[in-house]
Parts: sequence; structure tokens; C-alpha cells
Amino acid sequence: MERALGALKQGAKDFGLPRIIILAFFFILLLAAALVGMDIPWLISDVLLRWGMWGILVLAMVPSIRSGIGPNFGVAIGIAGGLLGALVSIELRYFGFLGTLDPDGITFGLVSISLAVLLALAFSSLLGILYGLLLNRVKGNEMIVSTYVGFSFVALFNILWLLLPFRSSTSIWPIAGQGLRTTINLVDDFGRVLNNLFRVEIGNFIIPTSLLLTVLLFCFVIWVFNKSRYGMVMTAAGSNPEYAKARGINVNRARIVGTTISTALAGVGIVMFSQGLGFLQLYNAPMWMGFSSVAAVLIGGATVKRAAIFNVLLGTLLFQGILTVALPVANELVPEGNLSEILRLIISNGIILYALSKARGGSK
Amino acid sequence: MMEEQRYVLELQHISKEYSGNPVLQDVSLTVKKGQIYALMGENGAGKSTLMNILFGMPVIHSTGGFTGTIKISGEEVNFLSPHDAMEAGIGMVHQEFMLIPGFTIAENIKVGREDTLPTLPSRVFGPDLERLNRPKMNADARVALDNIGLDISEETKVAGLPVGYMQFVEIAREIDKKNIKLLVFDEPTAVLTESEADQLLKVMQSLAAKGIAIIFITHRLSEVMQVADYMTVLRDGELVASKAIADTSAVEIAELMVGRAIEKLVDDDKNTKVSTEQNEVALSVKDLYVDMPGETARGVTFEVKSGEIFGIGGLAGQGKVGIPNGLMGMFSSHGDVEIFGEKLNFTKLGNALSKGLAFVSEDRRGVGLLLEESIAHNIMFGAMTTKRDYLSNFGITKLLSAGRMNRHAKDMIKLLDIRCVGGGQRVGALSGGNQQKVCLASALTMKPRILVVSEPTRGIDIGAKKLIMEYLAHLRQEEGLTIIMISSELAELRSICDRIAIVSDGKIEDILAPDASDAQFGLAMSAAAQNSEVS
Repeated sequence: MERALGALKQGAKDFGLPRIIILAFFFILLLAAALVGMDIPWLISDVLLRWGMWGILVLAMVPSIRSGIGPNFGVAIGIAGGLLGALVSIELRYFGFLGTLDPDGITFGLVSISLAVLLALAFSSLLGILYGLLLNRVKGNEMIVSTYVGFSFVALFNILWLLLPFRSSTSIWPIAGQGLRTTINLVDDFGRVLNNLFRVEIGNFIIPTSLLLTVLLFCFVIWVFNKSRYGMVMTAAGSNPEYAKARGINVNRARIVGTTISTALAGVGIVMFSQGLGFLQLYNAPMWMGFSSVAAVLIGGATVKRAAIFNVLLGTLLFQGILTVALPVANELVPEGNLSEILRLIISNGIILYALSKARGGSK
Repeated sequence: MMEEQRYVLELQHISKEYSGNPVLQDVSLTVKKGQIYALMGENGAGKSTLMNILFGMPVIHSTGGFTGTIKISGEEVNFLSPHDAMEAGIGMVHQEFMLIPGFTIAENIKVGREDTLPTLPSRVFGPDLERLNRPKMNADARVALDNIGLDISEETKVAGLPVGYMQFVEIAREIDKKNIKLLVFDEPTAVLTESEADQLLKVMQSLAAKGIAIIFITHRLSEVMQVADYMTVLRDGELVASKAIADTSAVEIAELMVGRAIEKLVDDDKNTKVSTEQNEVALSVKDLYVDMPGETARGVTFEVKSGEIFGIGGLAGQGKVGIPNGLMGMFSSHGDVEIFGEKLNFTKLGNALSKGLAFVSEDRRGVGLLLEESIAHNIMFGAMTTKRDYLSNFGITKLLSAGRMNRHAKDMIKLLDIRCVGGGQRVGALSGGNQQKVCLASALTMKPRILVVSEPTRGIDIGAKKLIMEYLAHLRQEEGLTIIMISSELAELRSICDRIAIVSDGKIEDILAPDASDAQFGLAMSAAAQNSEVS
């Protein structure tokens, strides 16, 4: 009995008090939702969907934290690369690259999203290398620099979205005949492909099986990388550069690799996100995605120096879960005008603030 | 009573411990008016703690205070803060400068003690609104600057001054305090060029001539011989000796700093010394220059035979620690180094590692270990990165083999008697001695041809010390491993090394047999000091 209690105590300590509090808050919200008569299975389905949509964006934090640059506030850079990849894939479809595939068939959808992912990987990796070179020049200030580099990239790509010579009628403003739209419908491309493939439906409860499997696949790849020689080398370079140097490790290179993988994952992440949403969101939409991703991984128990896959999965579930449940509950409780929107902002930014203040986290 | 008054400072039976570890034991010393009193000792000997006690630093009070008494000019005092010490006429010239870059020299000298003139608002709202009496401040500053022979305008801004000048501004600030009786110089010459250091020593002498007592903390023997009247050597928190400089010599001080009654660390039957003269050369170093701050090597040349235990000793700051760090590529270095006949390429990171040199760093927590990782992870890491060991196939890639890692860690824990809960324990949670054993285990796991251990026994308990030394001797005897050991502890070097090189002023001064006399070692270690005495 005594021992079981001790083990339980240790387990709770490893899990971390912040996570226990947030988990409790999540359940209280669910309870509140049930009390105001909301459709709980539908809410949980929405939580699962958002978990899948954000999973890879949050996973992008792991390589950056492990390589020593800290949480990648500049995921907007990778997102820009990912959006570019998605746009090019739309363009290719428009000009007949997918040939005679049945536009309603599953093969079409899978080819379309694979194409988008590959192009996103290519563009984001390229940007990631440049971004890594930049971060090596601002050692010690990565977090603040990456935040503002992210903002600058959003601005830069705002210009590019207007100027790039895309021609696909889905992407550009129909009347002007040039310039990309703010939201682009993906219904003719890969919109909701993975949400729907092998979808499990039990009444109102829906599991987006393929989306979740894709997220887990990417998590597995990163987990494998972390256990590989270079993954361990990169982690060592990140946690103690002097130690790494004494063992003949090129610390700057490890940081560039970490940044590049992180940025590439952000590119894939935005493709998954858009896929789940059914739309591409351009212009200022990626501006604040960095904060949400960082907050999620920190809530999951990562610190600015250590992060594991477990932190990603738990953190995304908690963060997106609370946001998803809190908004409709707030709407029910405070139906008047804008108050619910304000309440939502308070809750979401409150969690981010809480996550950043508890950046120490548990040991797992 | 009159007799007592002669002493500006008396420290009596000062003892201090940090959470059970004694860092100072029953240290007493007395400083006379106008005396330059050298306080010497290796790093960690307790000099800084003693000064912290004298200045009433908060770190002392927050860790349980100290025992013993402090008297200033015969009166017992108990400083609760550095401000109290300042009031009583004690000043400190810091190693890191405490100056405000945007202020002029005069403003820096006067900061906190400004001369002011009343103004209309100040008559209403109180003295905070008085204006600065700049002419008087500048004139006072001029006097202080002239006193130390610093020929520079008092209205120059501190930002951008050469390092040496900043040091002098610090001194000027201290001597401008009207009742200054005692000045503490904490390794003031460490950051100065030679000519600046010379000038500083002259300033110290002129201050002493004006009746100010000076405590001079330094590693540099030559400076002590040049200016000090009296000296005390601390060692592991104990007072080893106090002597007038006139009654001693550089050689003797060097002996006092490193020598101690030799404790038998390794039994003879466990360390049969065999002749290695016929063996091939394992490591040949020619004209090695290492740019390591504070431990610069300037043209080191030596050869180590295969199967030999080669010791490198010398006083702190002379460059002995720079040698292994340069070889491993931690600092920029150049020279001709050959490892078993293969030339070492300094521009290639990790080149020494791939040529079979393994390094146990003197900076255990900073360079030696990944404190957040497990014991097992630390032990296998070097072998994993350099030799791609402890990996097993996983599809197209290779992943860490946790099984082999843990088995090997278990063997090593048993072999080196690492006291821990198990291989999965976090290294940061271990004691210093056990951390050092993990460092050693990690280096051995790389199966090196030459093992370089730097300060292997620094800050660890005697039991762990003995075990590590015995194991090094065992490695050489049973496996013929070539070992290079760098240590500040001469006794340790003498108990296991075949030959001991003494580094002085960045060069190898002499290579001695372990049974050479204390005097010979003292002579070699103080070589730099003697040279400057002659010149």
C-alpha cells in the first residue's frame, strides 16, 4: 500500500503539477459543456480533429528544442514554405499534372496530398537551412529573434502572395485575375482527404483515423531520428555545446539540422492543418501559429531545453482540447455579443501565458 | 594595547562550512599598516571565501555565517553587508570591473559619494535634488588619479578605455574614499598586459608607502616576490604557512603551494614501474601553442612513450591545463603533434578523438558530462559518436541499442564502483567523485590508445581519489594503456607517474623523475618567478 502510494506520488511528480491542473480544467470544461446541454461526442470529435490538425506543427518544436535553439517561435517560416508547396501542388493539378485520375477517387486525394507534402518539405527545408544559418549568428537570443523573423516572413510572403505568377482559378482572385485569395478552398485538391479516409463514425462521434495515423507516423519518424546517432549528437549539442565540442561534434551544423527539420515539419504541419480545415489560409493567418505551437508543447511538459514526443501528443491534446471546448461553453454561458470572443481570447492567451511561466515542466 | 593597534586587520580562527563541507578551517592572519600581504593558494583553496567573510557578503550570512573574530584596528567588527565594510575603511579592487561605462572617470570614482551643492528645489524637497559639484569632484578625481600615476583626463568616459585603465580607475575610486585603511586586490594582474601589471605593482607599493595596508590575492609568484612583504599560503581551506618574504624564496613558496606530506595514494605492488624507454613514441608534441584564456601554452615540446604514465604539473595559470584542451581542439592551437606517428590536424574538429586520444576534462560539469542524461547514456556517448558503437540496425538506419548500453553501463558501474541507484540515474544527481568515475568510464568506453586525464581528482573525496588513481595504474599495468595525467596535485603525480613535466609560463620547464626532491620540483615550478627576479 505504502509503496503503491509512493509510486503514485512519483508518477504524479513526473507528470508535473501544471499538467494535472490543466487536465482537471479540461475535464471541468467538459462537465460544464455537458451541463449546458452540449453534444459531448461531437465536441470530442472536434477535439480529435484539432489534435490531428495541430499535431505536426507542435511536433516541429521537438527538433528545434533538442538542437538547442529553443522552441521555434518562427514556425511561420516553415508555414510559408508549406503554403507555397500546397499552392504549387494546386497549380500542378490545374495544369493537368494528375492526368486522368478520377477527381472524386481516393487515389486522386492521396496523390494530391502527397504531392503537397513533398513540395512543402522541399520549400520549407530550403528556408530552414537559411533560417538555421541566421540563428547561428544570434546565439542566446533565438527565442526573441525567431519570433520577429517569423513576423517578418509573414510580411514578406504577404507581398509574394500578391506577386507570384499563380494561374489556377482556385487560387487567384477571380475578378482581378492575379494575386492569391486570402482563403483558398481545397475541395478540388486534398481538402479533408485524410479526415475522411477510413473515418470511424459512431453516431455523432467521428474519428479522423488517417489524419491521426499520419500524425503518429511523423511522430514515429522523429522518435526514430532522436534514437539515431545523429539525433543523439544533435541533442547533446543542444543541451551542452562545450560537451559536444570536446567530442568532435560540429555544434553549428547540429543546430542547422535541428532548425531545418523543425522548419520542414512546420511546412508539413500547415499542409495537414489546411487539409483538416479544408482551406488554405494565406496572408496574416500564420502570424500567431508559432505561439500556439510553442504553448502546446510547453503545456505538454517540455522545457525550453528538453522536449519529447510525449510532450507533443499530450500538450496538443490539452491545449486544443481546452480551446475547442471552452469556446462553445463560453458562448452558452455568455450569449451577449462579443463577450464570448473576448472570453475565448482570455482563455487561449491565458493558457499560453501559463505554459510559458511553467516552462520547467515535468521530467517526461 | 599599543601593540595591538599596529595591526590594521586581524582575522582570528576563522572557520566556515558550506552545508557540512568545511571550506575554511581555523585560519588566522594579521596585516600591518602599510604592508603588502600576499594571499596565495590554488583555485578552491578558500581565498575567495575568506574575502567574502571579511566583506560581510550576503552569501556568507545566508549559509549559516562563520566562526572566529575579525578586528579592524584592534576593534572587533561584524560586517553584515559590504557597505559596512566600506564604512570601516576596507576597499576591494575587483577582478571583474564594477564601473559604469557611460559615466566619466570622475563620475565613476565618485559614484554613490557625490559632492553636491544646494539648489532651490533641494531646499524645499530635500537633498536628493541637490546638484553635483563637478569642479570639486573632478579635482578630487584628479588627485586620486595622480596618486596612482594615471595620466588621463578625469572627464574621459569609461566606455572604450583599455582594460588596464579600467583597473586603475577602480583603484582610484577606492583610494578616493577618505578613511581607506585596507585594500584588497583580487588577482588584479590576471587581465593586464605586462607593462600594465608592472605599473600596477608600482601603484601598490606607493599606496603601501602612504600607510594603506594591501591584501594581494594572486597566483603569480614573481609578483609576490617583487612587491609583497609577507605572504600566507592557503590549501584546501587550511593555512599552510605564513612567512615574511625576506625569510623565504620563490622555490619555497612554490613547494608550499603544491607540496604536502605525501600520502600514499597507490600501493607499490599495484604500480610496478616498468621501463618504457624502448617502446615506440605514442605522442609527440612539438612547439604546441594553445590560446586558452588563463592557461596559455606557448611552445610546449615533449614526447610520451607507449605504455607510459606521463604527468604534467605546475602552478595554476601557467598553462598546463591548456595542453590537453589544445590537443582536443577546445581552443585554437597550432604546433606539430603526432599520435602514433600520425599527424594531428588541428583544423579538423574531433581529429584527436578519431586518432585514439580520449580526454577526461578538468571541467567535469561543463565539458565532461551531459548532466540531464542518464549514467548509461553518458558512458556510451563518446563511443557511439566517434566509433558508431552501441547502435543496432533498424530498417535503413541504425538506432541506439539500449540493451547493450545498459549492460555495458552495469559493468562499468561495478568496475569503477560508481555509487548510484542504477545506470538510468541522472548524472547531475551524483556526487563529484562518482561523476568523475562516469567521465572516466566514458573515456575508457571509447577504447582509446592514449588516455588524457586532466585534474582527475579535483574536488572529490579521498576514497574516490584513491580508487581512480589505482584504476589508472591498473590500466597501464594490465592493458598497457598510455596515460597522460595533468594535475595541480604534485603528490598525486608523484605517486603514479613515470615522468613528470613541470609547466611554467606556458613552457615545459623541466621533466623530472617522480622521486626527484621537493626542492627540484619547487625550482622548476617557480622558474618564471626566478627569471623575472634576475631581470
